[in-house]
Amino acid sequence: MEMKAEQAVAWVEKANALMQSHKEYLTELDQAIGDGDHGLNMSRGFQEAELKVSATDYDTAADVFKDVATVLMSKIGGASGPLYGTAFLKMSMTLKGKDPVTEANLAEAVEAALNGMKQRGKAEQGEKTMIDVWHPVADFLRNGQNVQPGKLEETAEEAMNQTKDIMATKGRAAYLQERSKGHIDPGSTSSFYLFQALADVWKKGE
Amino acid sequence: MVLMKKVINDPEHTVTEMLQGFEAAHPDYVKSLDGTTVLLRKEAPVDGKVSLVSGGGSGHEPAHAGYVGEGMLDAAVAGEMFTSPTPDQVFEAIKAVDGGAGVFLVIKNYTGDVMNFEMARELAEAEGISVEQVVVNDDVAVEDSSFTNGRRGIAGTVFVHKIAGAKASEGASLREVKRVAEKVVAHTRSMGVALTPCVVPGSGKPSFTLEEDEMEVGIGIHGEPGIERKKITSADEIAEELLQKVLQDSVDYKGAEVAVMINGLGATPASELYIVNRYIQQRLHDYDVTVTHTYVGEYMTSLEMAGFSVTLMKMDGELKQLLDAKVETPAFRD
Repeated sequence: MEMKAEQAVAWVEKANALMQSHKEYLTELDQAIGDGDHGLNMSRGFQEAELKVSATDYDTAADVFKDVATVLMSKIGGASGPLYGTAFLKMSMTLKGKDPVTEANLAEAVEAALNGMKQRGKAEQGEKTMIDVWHPVADFLRNGQNVQPGKLEETAEEAMNQTKDIMATKGRAAYLQERSKGHIDPGSTSSFYLFQALADVWKKGE
Repeated sequence: MVLMKKVINDPEHTVTEMLQGFEAAHPDYVKSLDGTTVLLRKEAPVDGKVSLVSGGGSGHEPAHAGYVGEGMLDAAVAGEMFTSPTPDQVFEAIKAVDGGAGVFLVIKNYTGDVMNFEMARELAEAEGISVEQVVVNDDVAVEDSSFTNGRRGIAGTVFVHKIAGAKASEGASLREVKRVAEKVVAHTRSMGVALTPCVVPGSGKPSFTLEEDEMEVGIGIHGEPGIERKKITSADEIAEELLQKVLQDSVDYKGAEVAVMINGLGATPASELYIVNRYIQQRLHDYDVTVTHTYVGEYMTSLEMAGFSVTLMKMDGELKQLLDAKVETPAFRD
């Protein structure tokens, strides 16, 4: 895959469509183990991000991600705002001067995003947070032979489903301790939609 | 049982409409910062004074805007309901109140609040503004360990606003304000109980469910789960349970002087809060604790949740003097 500004915008648009259509579901997941605002927050944040990027002319994917970072940081709120904002900011910084973005560039960018999120959230893999999806996806993009979009989606989905059995030690679900088990993590779910959207745009570009 | 009826318009506008009404009600204390959800002290920025910024999700009124004014906060940043304000909003507040002596952030210990305020702090420091912070974690219901988020900040935060605000009013340095704020955090413990959940406008659903005859002991101010869910008992028995948890924690209150706060969570009438206060005062006397200050009312609410929290702050000469210092805000006055 090669990603230019056009594909980056398409990614944001697709991600927004998925956040909107799963708004209620994300809220339900968050009501089970969080404070119930994840659906509202993600739909508001990505709605604004799409409005911004679809109304602006961009030269590169890095420019698109910079605006996305600013919008998500200021419009999502909660813990997800700074985390997704940091992710897109790190991707933008890593991809600066790279046009079009190659698969290898994308792998680096996702890796940088992951590290930024870990630092911001003071979290590691296995704590029932969105890191649990970003980590295997970053590994997959970096190590994967013959990286394909279908595989990307599968990796993210599997990682999301695995959060069900984890006991939360970060984020609001951590207050539930043992009771957080048996529920899929809402942040991992919105991260899955983000990578599902990327896979979708990737498939269309092939 | 759960009250779904609300006096709101479009749920998306709840926070901005509330802030507009708040400003209109208290024009002598606050002014809005255009294009933000920040309410500033009317005199801001106060030259040469360390300025205090606090805030958090909305739904805890009168926190935090109710504490903006002389002797407490210079700005309150309102997030969406139960959602931390964003870094850009906090950053705007910091810039607007900085009087050259630096800005002090009072943050309640929630993952989102800490991340958003710290990001704002980094933005402000990049512009050359000195910023310090304290993270309040007075809720004894939650285990404190390095493997969790740590304890939550609840009603004890109001004491941090008051004491740190008074210190800043005296002309103290940023470092001194931080020191005294950390002392309040070290001396203050709280715990709450909920009898009914609350409904975030726009979500249309209660944040959790309780049976008709159940209560949740150790509840958080966003309806986060507590220690135990059990059958509701009498006021004295509930108060005793909360008091014991607070007394048995790491601050030694026995024989000390304390300030007491009995805080209503939104739907518990003042009469019931006074019943609780009557019992707490009797029991503190049994433990040879001298109560120097008592606060009964709604200071840190959780929308229309029924329930209350008990907060104790162990006093010393400095804290007493600062708690007694002049204060003039919509929700906390001499």
